[in-house]
Amino acid sequence: MKPIDPPPLIDAAELRLDLALQLLQQAGASLPDAEPRSAAWLQGVLDALCDLSSRDALTGLVNRRSFEMALSREVDRVARSGESALLLTLDIDHFKAVNDTYGHAAGDLVIQAVAEAVNRAVRPMDTVARVGGEEFSIILPSCPFTFGRTVAERVRQMVSELNVQVAPGKSLAVTVSLGGAFAPQWVRSSALLWMERADRQLYRAKAEGRNRACLEPQAECLVSAEEKGMLFAATQFQEVE
Amino acid sequence: MSTITATATKPGARRAVAHTLAVTSGKGGVGKTFVTANLAAALAARGERVLVLDADLGLANLDVVLNLYPKITLHDVFTDKATLEDAILPAPGGFFVLLAGSGLVEYSRLTPEVRDKLLQIIDQVKPRFDWVLLDTGAGISDVVLFAISLAEQVLVVATPEPTSMTDAYATIKVLATQQERRHIGLLVNQVQQLGEGKTVRNQLQQVVQRFVDVGLPQPVKLELLGEVRSDNAVRESVRRRQLLMEVYPGSEAAQAIRALAAKLCE
Repeated sequence: MKPIDPPPLIDAAELRLDLALQLLQQAGASLPDAEPRSAAWLQGVLDALCDLSSRDALTGLVNRRSFEMALSREVDRVARSGESALLLTLDIDHFKAVNDTYGHAAGDLVIQAVAEAVNRAVRPMDTVARVGGEEFSIILPSCPFTFGRTVAERVRQMVSELNVQVAPGKSLAVTVSLGGAFAPQWVRSSALLWMERADRQLYRAKAEGRNRACLEPQAECLVSAEEKGMLFAATQFQEVE
Repeated sequence: MSTITATATKPGARRAVAHTLAVTSGKGGVGKTFVTANLAAALAARGERVLVLDADLGLANLDVVLNLYPKITLHDVFTDKATLEDAILPAPGGFFVLLAGSGLVEYSRLTPEVRDKLLQIIDQVKPRFDWVLLDTGAGISDVVLFAISLAEQVLVVATPEPTSMTDAYATIKVLATQQERRHIGLLVNQVQQLGEGKTVRNQLQQVVQRFVDVGLPQPVKLELLGEVRSDNAVRESVRRRQLLMEVYPGSEAAQAIRALAAKLCE
């Protein structure tokens, strides 16, 4: 016996899909293998569009929007599990000079090469994202402090070994600076705060001369001698007053 | 148990959910539990419904300070041997306590179970009180930081001693950078003379401005919520394991704690 189908809420024949299909075609995404405009086919188109809107067109990496979602999820996960997770943020050194000297097409090649090198340097479970022009971020779940240092250094090194051919007979060496911060374990925190902390380390890496990785120091050496000096020098001064 | 509703209540509008205040110190032995217990009594005397949660799970001593020998503790709630209801005990001073029991070393590491239990307990008690005070352990371990993250307000207890100030500073620094705390209350205990509290606060604020505020989107504000002069009344009440607010309610230190309570209720 044939079940009675409920009346469809939308008439798929009336949907205007030209732009969506054009976008997918341009991105080289394959269309779903199903009867056109059937439910399964529409679902496939939506999935392909979601995938398209979460990736960066130039590198194929996760884009900023999707990265922010992944980062929030990781903050929640770390707060629950107490596992240590590392956020690395990196920036191609002197990238403006590449664009200015060799043109934007050369710049794009450099970005693509760096994206590929970074991807090779991390584990498949890590999320590598292009979050800005020449800026990338990596979320590394279940990453102990000692491993964090190693992987940040490996990323730096693998990029520094690149020779990007930007024109016939013209290869460029590239370096990156990295900053990293671990998510505070167990406590309720925010993705924004985590990004800020990693960014601060990136500025430090840039300020210390680039082509290096700076991770936020562990909490053990929390109060420096300089801070102590100020804390107590002033106490004595004010007591004399 | 109906004791929770039997507490003195003041007429008028009640908050739907309790204020939550974590009391912490960095260094141990600066009078953190003394302040928490007496603050709870001072708040209760104002008609507030107050619960003190002993969040110093590793080395709790609220029971010692209050001279209570609880048959039921947080440990029993954690292991489902008792209900939360049964573990909330009336304390001298007109407030309620949830005690950890001394030496529950197994909780000195924060496991997902302990974390979930604490979250559950906080959520359950919040609608039933006006104030939930969290007496945290010493130091800045993950348990302490987690307990503090459960509270909306933080009170750091420090003394003018260099080691206490250093540890208070370290605590403030971690709270500002890891928990986005931009407003932290300070109580300076064991001052020799009045005014020292302000000096300690200014010192800390100065170093925070120089070393912590750098790179933060907004500066951290330390608010001096009070100072308590060490006097014989304090020492005597601690020795007798009784609340200062009960045995020497007229002492200068008791007045200072009442002023702290008043300030928190502003």
